[in-house]
Formats: sequence, C-alpha cells, structure tokens
Amino acid sequence: MKKRGMGRYIFLALIAPGVLFITVFMLIPLFWVILSTFQEGGSFSLNNYISLLDSVYFRQVFGRSVRLSLLSTGLCALLGFPAAYYISRYSRHKGMMMALAIFPMFTSPVIRSFSWMVILGRKGIVNQALVGLGLFARPQSLLYNEFSMTVGFVQLFLPQMILSLLGVMDAIPTDLTEAAGSLGATRLVAFLRIVFPLSVSGLVTGAVLVFTGCMTAYTTPQLLGATDTQVLSTMVYQYAMSLRDWAQASAVAMVMIVVTLAVSTLFNRLSRRINPLAA
Amino acid sequence: MNRHRRHHLALGLIVFLVYVFLIGPLVIIMASSFGEQAALVFPGQGFTLKWYAQVFQMSSFINSALLSIEIAFAATALALLLGVPAAYALNRFRFPGKGAVKTLFLSPVLIPCIVLGFIMLRYVISQWQLPVIPSLLIGHTLLSIPYVMRVITASLSNFDFAIEEAACSLGATRGYSFFRMVLPNIKSGIASACVMAVINSFNNVSLSTFLTAPGVTMLPIEIMGYVEYHFDPTIAALATVMMLVTLGVMLLIEKTLGLQSVV
Repeated sequence: MKKRGMGRYIFLALIAPGVLFITVFMLIPLFWVILSTFQEGGSFSLNNYISLLDSVYFRQVFGRSVRLSLLSTGLCALLGFPAAYYISRYSRHKGMMMALAIFPMFTSPVIRSFSWMVILGRKGIVNQALVGLGLFARPQSLLYNEFSMTVGFVQLFLPQMILSLLGVMDAIPTDLTEAAGSLGATRLVAFLRIVFPLSVSGLVTGAVLVFTGCMTAYTTPQLLGATDTQVLSTMVYQYAMSLRDWAQASAVAMVMIVVTLAVSTLFNRLSRRINPLAA
Repeated sequence: MNRHRRHHLALGLIVFLVYVFLIGPLVIIMASSFGEQAALVFPGQGFTLKWYAQVFQMSSFINSALLSIEIAFAATALALLLGVPAAYALNRFRFPGKGAVKTLFLSPVLIPCIVLGFIMLRYVISQWQLPVIPSLLIGHTLLSIPYVMRVITASLSNFDFAIEEAACSLGATRGYSFFRMVLPNIKSGIASACVMAVINSFNNVSLSTFLTAPGVTMLPIEIMGYVEYHFDPTIAALATVMMLVTLGVMLLIEKTLGLQSVV
C-alpha cells in the first residue's frame, strides 16, 4: 500500500528537475522582461510601446522584416514546390536528393551567409559574369542590401520548405493520380485537382517555418545586410549590446515573440485543418 | 509520350537549378580554400594547403571550437538528464496538467533564439551575475530540451509499457526495469535526439552572440567577428573542415539510424 502511494507521485520526481530548470532560467526571466516593458519609473505604463510605434525608424525596420520574410517565404514556396514534387514523384535517387537538402541545413548559417559574401562580392563570380557578358561596365554592389539578405534567407530556409512539402507529398497515394489519368484527366488537371490540394497543408507548415525563421534570423541580416537595412533581430542586438537600452530592446523582443507566436499558432492550426489526409 | 518527357525534363532542369542554388555556394567555398592568392576569389589560382595550416595555428579558432564542442556535448547531456525522465513520465503516467508540462518542455523552441539570448544576458548574466560559461551551458541546454522531448516522446509512444509491467510483476524494481526494458528500446531515439541537439547547439549564433566574455567566444561568433574585418581563404579552409565533419556525421547517421530519423 505504501509503495503504491509513492508510485503515484513518482511522476513529480521525474518532471520536477526539468520543470524547475525551464522555469528558473527561461520563464522567470521572460516574465520579468515582459513586466519591465509595461513599466516606467516603477509604475504601469505603455510608454515603451508607444515610443516604439511612434518611431519612424522602428516602423521601417518592422516593415522591412515583414516584407523580406514574406518575399523569402514566397520564393521558397516557388522553388521548393517543384523540387519536392520532383523528389517525391520522379527521382530515382530520393535518398541522395534528401541528403543534399539536409546537408546545408546542418551547415553553420555563418558559413552559408559567408558563401554569399564571396559570390556576390565585387570580385565575386556573379559580378565577373555580369561584367564579362557586358551587362555592366564595372562590378556592381550586390552585397549589404535587401537583395543579398533575401538571397541569404531563401538559401537558408529552402531545405525546411522542401522537407515539409515532401512530408505531405509522400503521403499522397500514387493510385489517386493514376486513377485520375485513367478516367481521362490530363496530367495538369490531375496535378491541380489532386496533388496540389493535398500538398497545401505541407506548404503552409513550410511557410510558417520559413516566415518565422526569417523574422527571427540574426546571422544572415548581420552578415549580408548593412546598418541601413536593419531588421528586428539586428535591432534587438544593437539596442542590447551597443546602446545598452534594455527597455527598447525588450519592447522589440516582445514584438518578435508576439508576431512569431501568432503566425505559427494561427497557420499551424489552419494547416492541420486543411490536411485531408491527416486522421 | 514526347510531351510527357519534355515536361519531365523541364521539371528536372528547374530542380537541378534549385540544387545548384542550395549546394553551389558551399562548393565554391570549398574550392576557393585551395587558392594561392591572399584575397578570397573564385575561381582561385594554383593549389595550396597553407590556409589549412593557418587555421590550425590560430589559437582563437581552436579555443572557440573546443568551447563550442564542450558546450554542445555538455548541454546535450544535461538536456537528456532533464528531458528523458520527463518524457518517460509523460508517456507512462496520467496526471493533471500533463499537456501544460509537455508544452513547457517544448516551449524554448517557441521563443525566438535571439530573444532567449537577450533575456539571458539581461537576467542570468547582468542581474544574477552568473559567469559566461555556465550561462552558455544553461542557454544551450534550453535549446536542446525540446529536441530531446520531441524525439523521445515519439519513440516512447511506440513502446509497449506492458513489457515494463511484466518485469515489475516478476519482481524487478522500477529502476531496473527502466534501465533494462525501456532504455534499450528508445536507444535510437536518444541517439537521433543527441545528433540534432549537438549540431543545433554547435551552429547556434543568435543565443551565443549575447553570451561572450574576453577569451570566451563560441566558434560561430568568432568566425562572424573575423569575416567582418578579414576576407581571406582562412575562413574558407575552416568552413571546409567544418563541412567535411558535417558530411562525416551525416554518413554515420545514414549508416546507423538512417537520415530520415533525424529530420
């Protein structure tokens, strides 16, 4: 009897260390940061947020973050969809193709951003080609702007998009498209009426990963952007490390948490709802 | 049939270009690490290994690489110690607030890394005055816990707890049956959680960038600082070494667990 009573609370001993660790080192600091953003001089105030929203600079940075993240998400979808479709349906080297998508994911984002510094630099291969083809008289500045940041983002998060899409495309029974074909549907119709609708949930999952990833990525905007192309994450870093302005840094951090949480909960719910193959 | 083949070919070409975009930059980095010029250009001229020799002579890279490796392994071990018992409890027992506990263990992944780094700097370092190395260990453990939770929960959901009950009814203690019945069955889950957590920790920038002190810098942060002021093939050589290690790890995973199990 005694042993049984102990057994009932054994779960407490098993979860307590982890719960304590996360609470002390993440939840409590997070709670204090949230609280601090609603205070000024010891009393409740929304001034931190009001001054943030009033600042033209913040609105520019926020707008740039959203714009570049949306653009990168769109491009990842555009490039990832045919790639995933091909790998899922036609590729004879599926394992190899997947490994080649995973390899960049496992490679440091610092190295991946650095590779674009080499490629897009004034002496880089792209400039050599553009000048060699006579498109430009002299090397162009392709780095440290929104263009190079977008290129970096897309390359950084494309593997996630491909893998999310593969997850749903592999679950589509091939019988479905074959049946459609034998009933007279053209390949295009079969694709549009069967493959695409059944892939949308993976597309949404992938898009959430890419969008929130771009909104919070730090390495790529830091290495491929400039001071006049700041995004939310570089702004948090600058306020915290260079300006030591805890209040503003915390407010921007809150904005990042709210936006990423809202987008991921909303769209992940949508993705589950529209996946007809999910039980 | 002909049109069919043309479509197939067009699609293949698009996919080829997508992969050139994904992999090409990394290949260019590898290729330019052998060039003889002091400036990093591609295609480079000549062939030399002197940049590799230089990498291994730079103590700042060696020290930060060692720190990164130590933190990655220590944090993963700590995350396993905290996460595996919790994942077991969540799968094995019914108790109130189960969903909340699970969410809590997965929650570090919901907070943007850069925000996690900032709040650790503000409280754990500035306010609580913890030294940088323990703070790095704590931060990276937080990063690894969700990986452990997700993978171990998944592998435990395939485990039949009746086996454990049977062992207990035959007189085995709970501890004995856990180590002899449960643990061997989730071995590969633990292995893939470890691989993911170590790689993720080793490559992390957003968190570590806030947690530095003179002489205490993680490798990615050290590289980032270096490339802001230098543009020579040393980094290309270092990057190539890191990518070769990554390839080795991937081959090892493929031979043992299968790559599918870690993504």
